[in-house]
Amino acid sequence: MTEMNLVQAINRTLRDAMRADPNVLLLGEDIGVNGGVFRATDGLIKEFGAERVIDTPLSETGIIGTAIGMALYGLKPVAEIQFLDFIYPAFDQIVSELAKFRYRSGGQYPAHVVIRSPYGGGIKGGLYHSQSTEAYFCHTPGIKVVVPSTPADARGLLWSAIDDADPVLFLEPKRIYRSLTGEVPDGTERIPFGRARVVRPGSDVSLFAYGAMMPPALDAAETLAGLGISAEVVDLRSLVPLDEAAVIESVEKTGRAVIVHEAARFCGFGAELAALLSEKALYSLKSPVVRVTGFDTPFPYALENVYLPNAERIAHAAQNAVRAS
Amino acid sequence: MAEPETLASPHSVPESTQFPEGALVDSYRLMVLARITDERCLSLQRQGRIGFYAPLMGQEAAQVGASRALAPEDWVFPAYRELAVALARGVSLRAIFDQLLGNADDRIKGRQMPNHFGFRDVNFVVASSPIGTQITQAVGAAMAAQRRGDPIVTIAFFGDGATSSNDFHAGLNFAGVFRTPTIFFCQNNQWAISLPRERQTRSATLAEKASAYGFPGVVVDGNDVRAVYSAVREARARAVSGGGPTLIEAEVYRFGPHSTSDDPKRYRTEEQLAAAKQRDPLGRLKNELISLGTWSEESDKALWEKSRSIVAETFEAAEKARPLDPRSVFEDVFESLTPRLAEERGEYDALVRDGVLKP
Repeated sequence: MTEMNLVQAINRTLRDAMRADPNVLLLGEDIGVNGGVFRATDGLIKEFGAERVIDTPLSETGIIGTAIGMALYGLKPVAEIQFLDFIYPAFDQIVSELAKFRYRSGGQYPAHVVIRSPYGGGIKGGLYHSQSTEAYFCHTPGIKVVVPSTPADARGLLWSAIDDADPVLFLEPKRIYRSLTGEVPDGTERIPFGRARVVRPGSDVSLFAYGAMMPPALDAAETLAGLGISAEVVDLRSLVPLDEAAVIESVEKTGRAVIVHEAARFCGFGAELAALLSEKALYSLKSPVVRVTGFDTPFPYALENVYLPNAERIAHAAQNAVRAS
Repeated sequence: MAEPETLASPHSVPESTQFPEGALVDSYRLMVLARITDERCLSLQRQGRIGFYAPLMGQEAAQVGASRALAPEDWVFPAYRELAVALARGVSLRAIFDQLLGNADDRIKGRQMPNHFGFRDVNFVVASSPIGTQITQAVGAAMAAQRRGDPIVTIAFFGDGATSSNDFHAGLNFAGVFRTPTIFFCQNNQWAISLPRERQTRSATLAEKASAYGFPGVVVDGNDVRAVYSAVREARARAVSGGGPTLIEAEVYRFGPHSTSDDPKRYRTEEQLAAAKQRDPLGRLKNELISLGTWSEESDKALWEKSRSIVAETFEAAEKARPLDPRSVFEDVFESLTPRLAEERGEYDALVRDGVLKP
């Protein structure tokens, strides 16, 4: 085990995966000489050369389109999209092509591409360096979507993403790239997709979150504990495939659900969780499901703290849920 | 029943950029087979026996000439009009018809509309409907081949309309920057559904766009199988020797509708079409073969008759194939069924069991 932050864990895992498998290569904007704008690929070009750490022209559709071609040919490309906000020029390649290749070829052409992309707010990034639009991709059959919230999970999930036979969107909570450190295994332990993690067990209310919303969710649980409310905090980690059993099991225990994400509420991932609970855990619920999310506005710059869920909002929502029943 | 493979056999690649004269008759046979398949499929669609069809008629020489210039190890990234390319790669007519029908033998398991086929065994990547997306993918596969040291090329087939797409520009730009062994083969059939070529771009030619990306672009008469072959051979030789990509614009004319859902009378005149048909690549090659003394009106008549019966018989056989297993709709989304997909398949099974849906 080594103590490191989240972005270091990603850097270390990319390095180890490239050492382990010559088919793994990286491509993206400013990832080589510059080491990535967040330094996620720092130093890798020195070890693996410009042929495996490819600085591309500034075109996201070019990055993902060529990554698909590489994957069809048998390589394991890990593409970086510099900010999730800039992924849309590649949306056609991801949604129409990458996610459908295996299906539309009758299984002849699986296209295993990992797309890494920093997402989310809280860094004063304004409209175009802050968004959390995972729902667009979760809505597309054929691509997996995972979001680590700790350095150890970042490593374990990234290993799994690179191993996986299917396309994976690996979303990195840039707000907590460096703000927290943790013990990270030095070995090759994978964290399988589709397994949520109960980070803090509790009995009165379930808080479901992922990525950069985990720290405020945990802070809220601490506040609630001081108020005599026992909150269970569940880190979903993997949105597609989703650990439905863990979500249901938690609510069967607590009877109350607060769903937290920083994406806008309407048709956000929380809507799917709320639907899941109404379909499969309705009779366990003692109070209505609550969503604590970004508001249904574009992501604001100067007022991002108005927009972003925080521990206070989460604790308040959980208190209301407990009081309501 | 005669095997269509006899008309469309894979070939070895000679070194010269000159078309191997001995293969002219074979190429002509293939072009005739494609033309008859087209005519038959347009009729089958009107009869309701297939759901859709996108004909290539007018583009046979371009497709056969280009395909013959490739090696079996090369990778083809087609659009959805590349029937003659598939046949030239050695795909059987039966496999094409299985795809048009979406039956149990369909290599892509009925997942896509007719013409969107793919055959991994001959490096014919599965097509999609969005325009131009295969162009960047072909460049990526070429980058992978470069990395592996494989002496192959990738070739992207697309039309004049695709030169306006994002991926055309991104793909050519990446190919120029990384000097990839890629051939961009544009069949300029003059029409992107209803939009004529001159409304697609102000450029004098499509080929000249290559110069902005730093590599050669050439215009070739797409009705001349020899000329197309030579252009692709030259591009291929340059690509495998590290000389980078080439854009080839093959000038052709789309004789048919964009697809069976299209009515070209809305946007072009009979006179325009008739003028273009004066340059029909099939008639041109037939006349050449006759003047070379290797062909005759009699042998031509026999070929058309034989090909017609092969097409008819092959289609009827394909029609008799088993239908797809309905439960296969849940497969190949991912490598293995996710719990959610397994549950949805169970939901489907229950609907069948309860008589809500017919199996």
